[in-house]
Amino acid sequence: MVANPKVAALGRGLESEEEYRLIGTAFRRVDGRAKVTGQTQFADDLNFPRMAYVKLVRSTVPHARIRNIDLSAALAMDGVLGTLVGTELPDKFGILPVSEDEHALAVDTVRFVGDPVAAVAAVSEDIAHEAALAVKVEYELLPTISSFDEALKTPEPQMHDYADDGNIHKKVSLKFGDVEEGFEEADVILEDTCYFEGNTHLAMEQHSAVGVPEDEGRVTVYSSTQTPHYVHRALTKVLGLPASRIRVVACSNGGGFGGKSDPFNHEMVVAKLALKLGRPCKVTLTREEVFYCHRGRHPVLMHLRTGFTKDGSITSQHLRTALDGGAFGSYGVASTYYTGALQTTTYRIPNYWFEGARAFTNKPPCGPKRGHGTPQPRFAFEVHLDKAAHHLGIDPAELRLRNLQPPDSVTANWLRIGSIELGECIEAVVRGSVWKERYGKLPEGRGLGLACGAYLCGAGLPIYWNHMPQSGVQIKLDRSGCVAVFCGETEIGQGSDSVLAAIVAEVLGIELEDIRLCVGDTDLTPVDLGSYSSRVTMMVGHAAMQAAERARDTIARAVAAQLEVPETELVFADRRVFPAGDPDSGIDFSAAVVAAEARFGTLGTTGSYIPPRAPGRYRGAGVGPSPTYSYSAAVVEVEVDPQTGVYDCRHVWMAHDIGQAINPVLALGQIEGSIYMGLGEAMMEEQVFRRLPRRLSSALVHKMPSLLEYKSPGFHDMPRMTSYMIESRDERAPMGAKEVGQGPLLPIMPAVANAIFDAVGVRVDQVPATPELILKALEARARGRPARVGPTRFPKVDYGAPVEVPTPEQGGDGRAKHDPKHRGLRSASGTMKDREDALKERRSATLTTA
Amino acid sequence: MTSPTSLPPGVTAAVLRVNGEDYPVVFPTHHTLLEVLREKCGLTGTKHGCELGECGACAVRVDGEAVLSCLKLAVEAQGCAVQTVEGLQNDNELHPLQRTFADFGAAQCGYCTPGILMVASALLDRNDDPDDAEIFEALSGNLCRCTGYHRIVTAVRWAGAMARGDDWRPPEEDFHGADSQAPLAERSG
Ligand code: FES
Ligand code: FES
Repeated sequence: MVANPKVAALGRGLESEEEYRLIGTAFRRVDGRAKVTGQTQFADDLNFPRMAYVKLVRSTVPHARIRNIDLSAALAMDGVLGTLVGTELPDKFGILPVSEDEHALAVDTVRFVGDPVAAVAAVSEDIAHEAALAVKVEYELLPTISSFDEALKTPEPQMHDYADDGNIHKKVSLKFGDVEEGFEEADVILEDTCYFEGNTHLAMEQHSAVGVPEDEGRVTVYSSTQTPHYVHRALTKVLGLPASRIRVVACSNGGGFGGKSDPFNHEMVVAKLALKLGRPCKVTLTREEVFYCHRGRHPVLMHLRTGFTKDGSITSQHLRTALDGGAFGSYGVASTYYTGALQTTTYRIPNYWFEGARAFTNKPPCGPKRGHGTPQPRFAFEVHLDKAAHHLGIDPAELRLRNLQPPDSVTANWLRIGSIELGECIEAVVRGSVWKERYGKLPEGRGLGLACGAYLCGAGLPIYWNHMPQSGVQIKLDRSGCVAVFCGETEIGQGSDSVLAAIVAEVLGIELEDIRLCVGDTDLTPVDLGSYSSRVTMMVGHAAMQAAERARDTIARAVAAQLEVPETELVFADRRVFPAGDPDSGIDFSAAVVAAEARFGTLGTTGSYIPPRAPGRYRGAGVGPSPTYSYSAAVVEVEVDPQTGVYDCRHVWMAHDIGQAINPVLALGQIEGSIYMGLGEAMMEEQVFRRLPRRLSSALVHKMPSLLEYKSPGFHDMPRMTSYMIESRDERAPMGAKEVGQGPLLPIMPAVANAIFDAVGVRVDQVPATPELILKALEARARGRPARVGPTRFPKVDYGAPVEVPTPEQGGDGRAKHDPKHRGLRSASGTMKDREDALKERRSATLTTA
Repeated sequence: MTSPTSLPPGVTAAVLRVNGEDYPVVFPTHHTLLEVLREKCGLTGTKHGCELGECGACAVRVDGEAVLSCLKLAVEAQGCAVQTVEGLQNDNELHPLQRTFADFGAAQCGYCTPGILMVASALLDRNDDPDDAEIFEALSGNLCRCTGYHRIVTAVRWAGAMARGDDWRPPEEDFHGADSQAPLAERSG
């Protein structure tokens, strides 16, 4: 019926002996048909009888106290069913237990233009819209903070009742090894200041959620969320209901990229309104509102100082970062750590000092976007290495190859590295781009740039401290031969449903058509933490394998008894179960299930996964660990017009250390999508704000909250792409498969900047590298100034005394020298409980302010 | 189609012809074709990413031409033949574009897909052997945030080949990646 190109990807460069049957083939994704026929139900596609439409009233000022909210005009409108204000939902929520600082609707303060203040529900969207406009809010304006620098200079008034220091939300200083001695050993010390502008996810689907009241005071929330479990937790807190009375169903997401991984105001609001009005309530954000939800890439200013020996070995590195966090905590504490944590995963850095700080500003909150906190320092590092290579007279590819972190090692900051094929990746793109013959030798205006990156295969720790599985899978089998698989995972387009189904089918020797999935439903499926940190293939995959292997073993016992052969002889393949030596004597898979059901009764198995414990024991060691890491290398070719600075990206060669592709077509799609998104960030995308003139309220407003003005690449902007998958199975990963959704984005931004340098000889130490900036650098050079554009100063930040941690090489044990375990975090409203203490007291779920 | 006088002002009653079927609908006169298709006809396959004509997610075909349904009033579609993604397949058989998009990874999250399918089907009906530049041109109003576009372009070409009865298919490296060990001469340029 369908031209399904089953192309065997096996047998190319695989180390493992085992050949998979389905894994590694280009099967059609399990939700493929629904996606091309319009049958996939996204949240806004849901409709229920008597459904009300909800609109949020959003703040028009960037920072103010709310004096009064007048709902009377709205309530008087025909068709308006009800309203909601912040005081009706006084409990705060937030993705991280250490920064639960959001209200469903502002209670007394608004903190950015777009901060939700009230909600109205009406019989139609038109009426809800009119009613929202009729809500009158009186504000008492407060001073605003527009940047990290301003936050530093304005400790008072504090935007929140907690922060490490004034309006500096979070400060981190972690020192591994003897950084000063490392610099003394260096022959050359290089310093760079770089800036990475903020940008946003821009998923094509606007967020949407529907709250549906159910029997017995229960409520169901359908939402475009990447993290139904965390939404469930937040709803429990905000609604004040037992978790068992709330059900969250994650609909297929129309793209996520991290933008749908926080619990959001609108989800709390529709749940509450559904309960208040006793009817289904739907909210769908406008594109403009999506820009206000944001949680995108943090703008980060970085200062990097690295020591090198003459032969290019890194001796020491000191990285300082300054993040503009926006108005709320969101994932910000983790983001701050991530601007330092993964620097050590690619190249050996024996001594490493990371200082990071995140500021609160009166702008939409920043959070995790594809690569979460790591693309910014990766950009700085890879541009820095390019400069170092030129300084030392070493080829940039060679410099990287000389410094590779070894496999099965522990980094200076105590991350356990698994398999690493970064060298292979570099060699693949060097060969593919004919680097050696062409780098530095192309005609003026054309250039090549190389850069690398690494990413997590799932964050090692859950967002709230607990000892339960991070992913669970349940399998139900019965005499029909249909295998139903239940898992809390969330399909956001990356193909997680296909990964789940393929792994179960592989183990049981059945076809994808034999499997039914039930996913992302907090009532019906075991918990999976969500689609973030590239954790799904690793964690759902492991749990699925375990559940499927248990099912296989149960069936095998029954079949072995029936056929009177040893269990260990049985093979599951081609929808049959048979003895390896005598395939014809076997039975169909469904007959095998019948035998097992007759022998053992109703059949069901479970699988769970918890990542191995990481070796770091210092405060802050929780961010960065992963069961293993993926690696990528890219070469980008650009053509720059030296008259205008306008440039084109011609070709991208990308090699990704994937371990094993579960489905090569889907994996390549992730690589190509990452290249695309990376180019958007490198060349044009920016979420920027401007301050209105004083006579117009001085508000800080988004410059371009529309798809037209927020520039993103279109069909015409895409270069030729050559993608290599380096398949060398990682034993830590299910079926050997590492992540591919985020890693390949990381090298793109620095590779573009490095290519611009090769093309026209100027450095753009800033993202996005716009033609204007290139031109500025070219003009600077023409005037005899340094051929560079980018930030020139780094603010003086008091990061606090460093936590000093001896490295593995120094014989450390993963703990800090003066273990600050019992110090507790500072907070204006009390002392933050230490995680270990809280765990001891078995208060694992309540790590907020004590 | 004339509105019965009993309708309140600002409301229109009409019969829309969608995917070859009649849909009698009553809707606010200012509502777009997008809104009426999704909310009154129950055809939620058509998506929206902006409702301002900026993303292409809402594209449908009206009398064969690809149009943005968020920029067209439903009243303007009276008497026209509207086609949405739900009308692309032939009974249970997928349109060649639907097959190639599903098999080739041209739909990831699938949110931009209905709009792109409708624009691409209009293109292939005009020209079943478009080159890359013609595909770029036709689809330049459609944004996709997931795929990086390459697979979409190739899937359109592949579907064109299928429609022509040609056995062209995408290069092998699009199914399993480029060969990192291939000798240089084959891959330079
Ligand atoms: S919804 Fe019509 S173009 Fe975006
Ligand atoms: S497939 Fe997700 S936007 Fe195109």
